Amino acid sequence: MMSNTLLDIKNLRLSFFTPAGEVKALNDVSISMQEGDVLGIVGESGSGKSVTAYSIMGLTAHPGKIIGGTIDFNGHRINEMSEKQMRKIRGKEVSMIFQDPMTSLNPVYTIGNQIREVIYLHTDLDKQQAYDRSVELLNLVGINDPEKRLKQYPHELSGGMRQRVMIAIALACEPKLLIADEPTTALDVTIQAQIIELMMELKRKINMSIIMITHDLGIVASMCTNIVVMYAGKVVEAGSIDEIFYNPKHEYTKGLLRSIPNIDSPSHERLIPIEGSPVDMLNPPVGCPFAPRCDKCMKICLKRMPEYTKISDTHKSACWMLQKEELERSKGVMK
Amino acid sequence: MSRYIIKRVISAIITLFLVATLTFFLMYLVPGGPFLAEKAPSPQTMKALEEKYGLDQPVGVQYTNYMKRLLKGDLGTSLKMRGQEVNHIIKTRFPISAKLGLCAVILAVSVGLPIGSFAALKRGKFLDRLIMFFSTLGMAVPGFVVATVLMYFFGVKLRVLPTFGLTSPLHYILPVIALAFYPTAYISRLMRSSMLDIIGQDYMRTAKAKGVSQFKSLFKHALRNAILPVVTYLGPMLASILTGSFIVEKVFTIPGLGNQFIGSITDRDYPLIMGTTIFLAFLLITMNVLVDIAYKIIDPRIKME
Ligand SMILES: Nc1ncnc2c1ncn2[C@@H]1O[C@H](COP(=O)(O)OP(=O)(O)O)[C@@H](O)[C@H]1O
Ligand code: SF4
Ligand SMILES: [Mg+2]
Repeated sequence: MMSNTLLDIKNLRLSFFTPAGEVKALNDVSISMQEGDVLGIVGESGSGKSVTAYSIMGLTAHPGKIIGGTIDFNGHRINEMSEKQMRKIRGKEVSMIFQDPMTSLNPVYTIGNQIREVIYLHTDLDKQQAYDRSVELLNLVGINDPEKRLKQYPHELSGGMRQRVMIAIALACEPKLLIADEPTTALDVTIQAQIIELMMELKRKINMSIIMITHDLGIVASMCTNIVVMYAGKVVEAGSIDEIFYNPKHEYTKGLLRSIPNIDSPSHERLIPIEGSPVDMLNPPVGCPFAPRCDKCMKICLKRMPEYTKISDTHKSACWMLQKEELERSKGVMK
Repeated sequence: MSRYIIKRVISAIITLFLVATLTFFLMYLVPGGPFLAEKAPSPQTMKALEEKYGLDQPVGVQYTNYMKRLLKGDLGTSLKMRGQEVNHIIKTRFPISAKLGLCAVILAVSVGLPIGSFAALKRGKFLDRLIMFFSTLGMAVPGFVVATVLMYFFGVKLRVLPTFGLTSPLHYILPVIALAFYPTAYISRLMRSSMLDIIGQDYMRTAKAKGVSQFKSLFKHALRNAILPVVTYLGPMLASILTGSFIVEKVFTIPGLGNQFIGSITDRDYPLIMGTTIFLAFLLITMNVLVDIAYKIIDPRIKME
């Protein structure tokens, strides 16, 4: 199957200019994604996952500012588009769902109103057609009695239901890409599984790609085709699911995987935090950001940022250990 | 809904009863009397007057008599404005104050809401600080200063606006501004803080992610949520502003209820004090019910019980 590049983020640098100083939230982030991929973005809290997602939506909030790099999505250069142009893409070509379904819907408007809003924004459907489409969408996300639900307010629905409604809104215009920012973190385990199942089912029905931001390696294992591992505003490793799970190269990734009891039967384990404290983004270290917590840390790690080592066409990692191995290998060849 | 109405009516009756009783006995405890003007009448006249109005009877009897009449909706007769029924006084004076007050409320809301929202959007910027400065000022300056300054500047100095009575639409301008001053400042502050809170809500982010424009997300998604605290404030504010401000009515010589009320207190015009107080309480209760209903309409999460 020929696949096309849907999303290509190159050397994205993004900072928040706060009164305390410049918070370098993203440092040279490059992420590439093919049509049909389900890309998992993992990494501990504060590593820049959400900021990356918002930048794809063109929703970098003040005082955040993109200071370098490019974002190409579906033929658009996102980082050069005006707010007005972006509005036509949001909710239509790329949609997003969020962590907390309890607060993501406006409490004073009905479910129907909030679904129709996005339909009216991006399509020419009339009132009746928009209504029919809303019913169809609620059926699609597995909400029964849609006619009744459309008239209800968010507070009349459970958390799982509301997340289904959020998904319905996100999918109303059949986007090319759905970004889900920890969509199940706030839900209980059985509901989590249902939502993930629903997303995968919808992915098959509508031809879309998914970015799944999560803490949960179990979810990644069950649905993703590719993984990006982020640490302190950097992509420290990226690869296919097999490459990351069976051949992790970065010490941080290895640490993450060690924290799950059994990779082959992921029982929805949350990432157990690796010892040590996260990086101070106001004063990021010059060398490898993971160095203070890494037990393989060498002198060079503290002094210089490691370059990416290409392990395969899809697999890359930024760790001095790999550079060292490569160097030794090439020395061996020269001998 | 019907349970709500029954509940409200019962609590209104109890409140009105308590207000009437409390006012009655407080009035009785305060020294002085209605006939102790500068030209004190002779003891004989005094006695005759007190007999006429039943003020010579034991307080308990006076109280029961009053309450009996009150039940029939009769607020009695004024002691100072001989022969005038309190009902009649309220009926003629209240519309004057209410008209003025209503204009002031409309002004306060239509200025306060937008500038408060605007300040929130420009948070921390120059315009926000400017608006906040003026609204702090607006809340700190006492009403009589506002009224006097307006009157002096526009009426006496520039001579562009009338300052006496309410005989033409132009006459409304200064008193309405004076009345609206404080509520405008207060509403804009209230709106600013409430708007700031709402702008940070998750559903505002959802609206953006759907492709809703900033303008529309403010008007549709933020405003309706942000306005709730203002609605709460509007209830008591309406009641007090509709019954008239003593200061503004005094300064601009307006024969409204506010002016009358304060007059009745200095005069110890017991029936008039009682009547106006009960009327004010009644208005306050009504406004609070209206607020509840408005709340319910704005926010579907509110249950009326
Ligand atoms: N509005 C903001 N102002 C300042 N810093 C921010 C803001 N939003 C995010 N950041 C910083 O950006 C970094 C990445 O945040 P985020 O992408 O939300 O992390 P996560 O991976 O948990 O989603 C964090 O260090 C955070 O402090
Ligand atoms: S570069 Fe050095 S410190 Fe960083 S992960 Fe690799 S070995 Fe550890
Ligand atoms: Mg996040």
